[in-house]
Amino acid sequence: MISQFRDWEENRHVYAKNWKEKTGGKVIGYFCTYVPEEILYAADILPVRILGSHEPQDVTEPYIFGMFCPFCRDCLAQGLKGRYDYLDGVMISQSCLHIRQAYTSWVKHVPQSFSYYLPMPNNVQSKHAVPYLAAELKSFKSAVEKWIGKEITNDDLKRGIDIMNENRSLMHKLYSFKKKDSPPVSGEETMQVAISQQMVDKREHSPQLKKLVEELETGAFNTVNKGTRLMILGSEDDDIPFVRMVESVGGSVVIDDHCVGTRYFWNNVDVNGSDLLESIAKRYIERPACPSKDWIERSRIPHLLNLAKEFNAKGAIVIQQKFCDPHELDIPAITKTFNANDIKTLFLEFDVTVPLGQFKIRVEAFLEMLQEDDLF
Amino acid sequence: MAVPTYKTEQLKCWKKAKELRQDFYKRYANAHDNGGLRWAGGAWSFGAIPAGLGNDIFPITGEPYAAGIAFNKEFSLRCLEATEKKGYARDLCSYMRTYWGSIILDEYLYGGKFPKPDFMWQDHICCSHAKWYQVANELEGGGVPTYSIDVAVGPYQDVTDSRIDYIVNQMHEGIEWLEKVTGRRYNDDLLIEAVHNECRATSVWAEVCELNKGVPAPLDEKSMYSLYVLGTLEKHAKSVADFYEELRDEVKYRVENQIAATPHERCRLMSDTQPPWGFLNVFRYLENFGAVSIGSLYTFGLIGVWEDKPDGSWGPRTTPQQKGIKIETRDQALKILADWNLSKPEWQHFYSPHIKSDMMIRIAKEWKLDGIMLHYNRGCEGLSLGIAENRLALIEAGYPVMAFEGNMGDEREFDEAKTMGRIDSFMETLGMKEIK
Repeated sequence: MISQFRDWEENRHVYAKNWKEKTGGKVIGYFCTYVPEEILYAADILPVRILGSHEPQDVTEPYIFGMFCPFCRDCLAQGLKGRYDYLDGVMISQSCLHIRQAYTSWVKHVPQSFSYYLPMPNNVQSKHAVPYLAAELKSFKSAVEKWIGKEITNDDLKRGIDIMNENRSLMHKLYSFKKKDSPPVSGEETMQVAISQQMVDKREHSPQLKKLVEELETGAFNTVNKGTRLMILGSEDDDIPFVRMVESVGGSVVIDDHCVGTRYFWNNVDVNGSDLLESIAKRYIERPACPSKDWIERSRIPHLLNLAKEFNAKGAIVIQQKFCDPHELDIPAITKTFNANDIKTLFLEFDVTVPLGQFKIRVEAFLEMLQEDDLF
Repeated sequence: MAVPTYKTEQLKCWKKAKELRQDFYKRYANAHDNGGLRWAGGAWSFGAIPAGLGNDIFPITGEPYAAGIAFNKEFSLRCLEATEKKGYARDLCSYMRTYWGSIILDEYLYGGKFPKPDFMWQDHICCSHAKWYQVANELEGGGVPTYSIDVAVGPYQDVTDSRIDYIVNQMHEGIEWLEKVTGRRYNDDLLIEAVHNECRATSVWAEVCELNKGVPAPLDEKSMYSLYVLGTLEKHAKSVADFYEELRDEVKYRVENQIAATPHERCRLMSDTQPPWGFLNVFRYLENFGAVSIGSLYTFGLIGVWEDKPDGSWGPRTTPQQKGIKIETRDQALKILADWNLSKPEWQHFYSPHIKSDMMIRIAKEWKLDGIMLHYNRGCEGLSLGIAENRLALIEAGYPVMAFEGNMGDEREFDEAKTMGRIDSFMETLGMKEIK
């Protein structure tokens, strides 16, 4: 059942090329999950998230100063190496400065017929953010219409919203199984579904996900995960070997807060609004915040704590892409709150590749510590 | 190469600049003595807005405060280490870490305990800015009312009414917030006066920088740091605007009379980003070769506001007063303030390094440069953003470029000997030998 998701994730470029050939449609690469995919689906464009390949690389050094996060450099490397040569356009929705550089360098050195910088507001706690973003979405929609040479109607937008909402709702259902005492689906398997969700046409992904959910409901799919329940949270994380390692030594990742994970799909667009662009704007403003937008109040902390409690996490692995300023600014406050709530934390700094051997020792020690808690 | 010799002399207004700076920090610390209020925020903050609360409202801006600490290496290190002990990463903005350290240690650079602000008034320009004061409030024990305005609406060339409105709406709301947290009634006349002062100060600063097109340069960048800083403290203050006019007149006199910053100027350079503040001797070292750094996009455009002139050159932006615009309402003042600030040169690169490269190449041409020194500044992700792309563009435009790594506020990340060695090599590349 999971093999399809794994295949999509591992062969993402083959999938996108085939999709183009099959549909004759355009594919757009995007750099941040604040991109309103609803509008792209409304335009029959396939949005594909640009992610790194977790291989050491030496091609970005001339373009991005080494003090910026390895993830943004890994993403740019993919463009410079021509791995996304099938893209018709690229876009970014404003979030951190790091990933912005991958976008600006990509636009310069990997020319596209379409590129778009969406100035997504950072002050998502302001009442002025929704109307402002709605106006920006209107401009974005016009730019897309100009590019594809046809109007995006309200019906198209409704369709785009439905496609996204259905997929997000199914992800919620998938995650609900992880609340069980012995989750029938592992953290690694969930991550495979979550990553493929960001690069596969959701009209193909959702039926497959629906089947998985049905099999989980009937018990036909059950990989029986009895490890120590963990939450994993922090910077962008699509590091499957790391999660595999954690689960191989007795951990079970039951919940996450990543942009390749719950932050991406947690809330839906309200379809009852009269202005669809405003409804889309509201969804992105109200979604679980990226730390770069989580001010002045810390909205992430109560949300993270709720997730940890709801999914009964015994401990949390806090990961951070090296040099990731937004997360570095949140981690001390998160750690303090979790510790005060008897949820122990293990902090690990990620790079393009992670030292699995060293991390294994640390994770084992962390799990031993958590298991001792169970004994006494 | 023949060695020219120019007359040099110290700026007559130098002492006044120092006094204004000292007075700024003293006024902040003593604000409560006569019932005044203190606020803390960044150098980019719309300081003209709290000015509408009265004439006894005194700010402290975090970046120049931290830069000041960087000169005091012993205190700087203690501040940085205090922040690290609290669990904050060592690669975060070094200004921010230093500022937090001063709060944690409860020590003010200018003596006594760190004066707790009555409120925080910030702008969010990079990943760290609003969160800087989110954490600062936590370190102060919480309870300091904090407000931050998001200005991230894209580059000025793409500005729209809706984008300006997003900022202006936050400003309006901010004024209501200020009234609520201070219990004071807001005075629009004071706001309008502050907006006029800010436009005047930042335009005149650009005029001062423009005068550095003169050969020999009347100012060197090391001196400019001590002058531009006033704009980072209180760009909306009448005292700063008046001072810059006095400075402009003196610099004009220097140009007319060929009074140079460096006696043997024969090589003109510019730098980029904040310098490693504890090591400004780098600029003195250049003088040994007859080289002068005439400024940078940072010194010109972090505070200075510029525009294209009819003859195609780059010069100070025409102020609303100069255009005969009379500001009559709060909304009008806020719109002008938002538009004015969004046009700052040292802001556009947040959206594209290529816009910055074009401005740098323009400076290189108009200020007649021979080379560029890029400070790959590990202390500031905001101003180092896209710097590698700037390097490539400058090289492509035919300018020799020297890159050196460092940190504006964390001396542990600056290798002085290695940097001097690089300068030696760079000078050799440019055909410059040390002047005996």
